[in-house]
Amino acid sequence: MSTQEEQTSEVAPPPRQSRGARAFFGTIGVLGEILITLGVLLFGFLVWQLWWTDVQGNREQEAIVRELPRHSVPTPEPEATETGPIVATPRRDAPPVMAEPAHAETFATIQVPRWDGEPERPISEGTDKAGVLDKLGVGHYVGTAMPGDVGNFAIAAHRTTYAKPFNRIEELKVGDAVVIRTATGDGGPGTDTWYVYRVTSSRVVYPKQTEVIAPVPGEPGAVPTERMITMTTCHPMFSARQRYIVHGVLDYWAPVADGTPAELLEGAS
Amino acid sequence: MYGWLWRHLPGPTAVRVVLLVALAAAVVVVCFAWVFPAIAPYMPFNDTTVGE
Repeated sequence: MSTQEEQTSEVAPPPRQSRGARAFFGTIGVLGEILITLGVLLFGFLVWQLWWTDVQGNREQEAIVRELPRHSVPTPEPEATETGPIVATPRRDAPPVMAEPAHAETFATIQVPRWDGEPERPISEGTDKAGVLDKLGVGHYVGTAMPGDVGNFAIAAHRTTYAKPFNRIEELKVGDAVVIRTATGDGGPGTDTWYVYRVTSSRVVYPKQTEVIAPVPGEPGAVPTERMITMTTCHPMFSARQRYIVHGVLDYWAPVADGTPAELLEGAS
Repeated sequence: MYGWLWRHLPGPTAVRVVLLVALAAAVVVVCFAWVFPAIAPYMPFNDTTVGE
């Protein structure tokens, strides 16, 4: 009796497992298997989020840009003595401005020569993740200025996932060109137009600092006089604690029918 | 769990291995197509906009 009691209270296992012990170790085993499975699934989620959403997003955004209705850039006549594409003449008078499109409608594209190797990305109306940013690439803040307009043309995009259009935003330097090309849309003013912006500043803010997309950045309520662009994305990378902001101002505009901005040709030639 | 699955799969070892691989592939497809996109909005690292 006394030896029996001693044996159950000691850590040494009994020579043959009782039914209770078998159930206990069986449960531990299943629990372990579940935890390992959860670990594998978590790794799978990372693979999906950090790799597959890029694969899928790049494919979809490339198709959107390819199928976007717009006039093609003129190419030189075969008999022309000049070689190479036609360079658009910069125009610095008041540019035409297109009307704000419906939600999730793709109305323009963005190209940044500094991001050598990055594809042309579509810009669509709205900044909600499910409808625009996760699927259509770059999103335009509803109610902010349209390309070329006086005010602040504010756009947002992912930095680390969903094809990460603004992944290389930290490489932008003051004076770098950000080239917006509007699509044909309804064919009204401001369609099929190039807008070449120049980066003026970059900064890191907190998510609540909406004044960065105000018509005059940093001064909500002020009456705008300049034609600005603002790009927002997450910061630091893989976090949503802060936002990385790049401001720019319109340098010039040109109709697509006039040729290609010189900024886009420098890298190619 | 996996022991139970293995014992309940039909056929010889080779067939069971093939079935297991097929099952795993199906789980990956379901996760990539529906499960992960459904939980991604709740992850804290995808916000890129200011406001709200």
